[in-house]
Amino acid sequence: MTAVVATNQTIIVVGGGISGMTAALEAAETGKQVILLEKRPYLGGRVTQLYKYFPKMCHPTCGQEINQRRIKMNKNLTVITQAEVSNISGGKGDYTVSVTLTPRYVNSNCTACGDCAKAATTEFDDEFNYNLGKRKGVYLPNAMAFPQQYVIDARLIGTPEADAAKAACKYGAIDLDEKEETIELKAGAVVFATGWKPYDANKIQPYGYDRFANVINNVEFERLMDPHGPTGGKLLRPSDGKEAKNIAFIQCAGSRDRNYLKHCSRFCCMASLKQTQYVTEKYGTDGKSTIYYIDIRSIDRFEDFYRNVQADPSVSFIKSKVAKVEQDKDGNPVLHGVNTEGYHRYANTHDLVVLATGMEPSVDFKGLPIKIAVNEEGFIEHDEANGGIFAAGVAADAMDVNRAVQHATAAALRAVQVVNQVAGA
Amino acid sequence: MSTAVNQAMVEKYKGNFLKEVTENVEEGNWVKMCMQCGVCSGSCPLGPHWDHPPQEIFMMIRANKREEVLSSTSMWMCTSCYNCIARCPRGLPITHIMHGLAHYSKRIGLKPKNQPTEKFGQMFWDNLTKKGRVNELKLGLGLYFKDGFAEGVKVAMSKQKLGMNMMKAKRMSPMEMLGGHGVSDLAGFHAMLKKAEELEAARVGENTDKK
Ligand code: SF4
Ligand code: SF4
Repeated sequence: MTAVVATNQTIIVVGGGISGMTAALEAAETGKQVILLEKRPYLGGRVTQLYKYFPKMCHPTCGQEINQRRIKMNKNLTVITQAEVSNISGGKGDYTVSVTLTPRYVNSNCTACGDCAKAATTEFDDEFNYNLGKRKGVYLPNAMAFPQQYVIDARLIGTPEADAAKAACKYGAIDLDEKEETIELKAGAVVFATGWKPYDANKIQPYGYDRFANVINNVEFERLMDPHGPTGGKLLRPSDGKEAKNIAFIQCAGSRDRNYLKHCSRFCCMASLKQTQYVTEKYGTDGKSTIYYIDIRSIDRFEDFYRNVQADPSVSFIKSKVAKVEQDKDGNPVLHGVNTEGYHRYANTHDLVVLATGMEPSVDFKGLPIKIAVNEEGFIEHDEANGGIFAAGVAADAMDVNRAVQHATAAALRAVQVVNQVAGA
Repeated sequence: MSTAVNQAMVEKYKGNFLKEVTENVEEGNWVKMCMQCGVCSGSCPLGPHWDHPPQEIFMMIRANKREEVLSSTSMWMCTSCYNCIARCPRGLPITHIMHGLAHYSKRIGLKPKNQPTEKFGQMFWDNLTKKGRVNELKLGLGLYFKDGFAEGVKVAMSKQKLGMNMMKAKRMSPMEMLGGHGVSDLAGFHAMLKKAEELEAARVGENTDKK
């Protein structure tokens, strides 16, 4: 693992989500040496946690499969999972990146047969399902995890359970003595593809995400639809496990608001439009989706998608930023506000509320050990002064998958130019 | 005088009410920033009692509904709870705009007739400016009798206990009937108010100056 060769002609990509995978592949396929670092035990990032993509409504497995194949076939690309950057120094064409590797305790002999997991019993919150469900301490992070290798939760180390898992493995793939280590890598250019996190809805006091079980956010809703998810693919609401058929979507939950995130997160309108189609997929005309919005931003060619959703009789639109959410005695969320088309005051009861929470950068770039230009919203600004450091995808701005992939390709090209200069090409 | 100012404003702004508000109403320059999300209207505790909640008022201003806005009772309903300001995603000082609109409508003589908030506001101002300190006793009594003598006695009787409690807590003194307390430099205070009125008049004059 530690025998990774890196020179100042190497490109390091930090973050193995859709943007990082794209940037790494695009650069590696031009013949450059690339190292892709990912903090989680698997690649694919948040995209793997989606049920479907818009606008084509295909499952993420599809795009991921192609990328995984490209990675396997490319000799110039080294993938390191459970790797976090702990320091970075130097300048354009000559960086030193310190990377901390946390042990997986399972090596590449693993065939993903799952015998080790059968020997384990203790359960932990399942991060992959945004803690909506549980997973064992010996686990495959998700069905399509890449690499397809089990992981042993560090909290299990030193327990008889870990020993039982080791004993159950027929392939000698489990090594409980693995230790955390820090390695140093050289690089000519560094691409940050560190992605995003959903805005913390607890901060939006009037919407009661912190108080009402049946107010969830848009990424959690994705997990409810997944057949491998915490509800086995049923739209069951958290309070009582009842099927949610009448669902409200609140747009700009935390975006475009001086009190929270000032920027438009650009994907959440489309995400909610897409999610109404999940409801229709489940229940046909028995389902009911209501979108509360300021204005619908289905940018450029997505307008067609919006029109199709408008034509769906199960979906209605209310032009209003919801003022507050309350809960009735049966645990149903009740939405209050004024419909600005006609100025009608409403108090609408739903089974479940989905907050279309926005995007914020997952990394505090201002706290990096190396200085780069960061804008007011916390995203990396494109700036000459950043030298050989570039942002790919959501590290640069809020955007959807489609734009993130385009953006990552551009970032790869910029990084390639830097290492070309180093090589004197 | 009010009607003359009103006339001058109508002529000056010729159907551009947004501009009139921007230039003459306190914090009126914020009106154009409203994105019509409706969260202020939905958050107003008195909202159900307004003819036109704030976000509708802002739309009406842009739609040139001058008379309707300025003679409406809506902005007089604002209790300054600041809920809307706290929630407005664009940071509009909505409460202040409401008071600004109310004040402006009064200044140019379009305020609604028999609006209790307006009456109380005037009474409070007259009471305050006399001595530089509010005379609670006179203000309270004035308020009770605002709808006539018989009504006043009735209200005063029903509020007897409140009055007694205020006296006990030294929030009000019966001696206030005989003149009452005031600021030490009363002449200076009045000169200051006069100057402020002059400045205000000059500003309005500037805006209505047709030359
Ligand atoms: S994409 Fe839509 S929901 Fe998201 S912040 Fe922009 S306008 Fe609001
Ligand atoms: S809350 Fe602010 S932006 Fe929204 S309608 Fe009211 S004034 Fe306009």
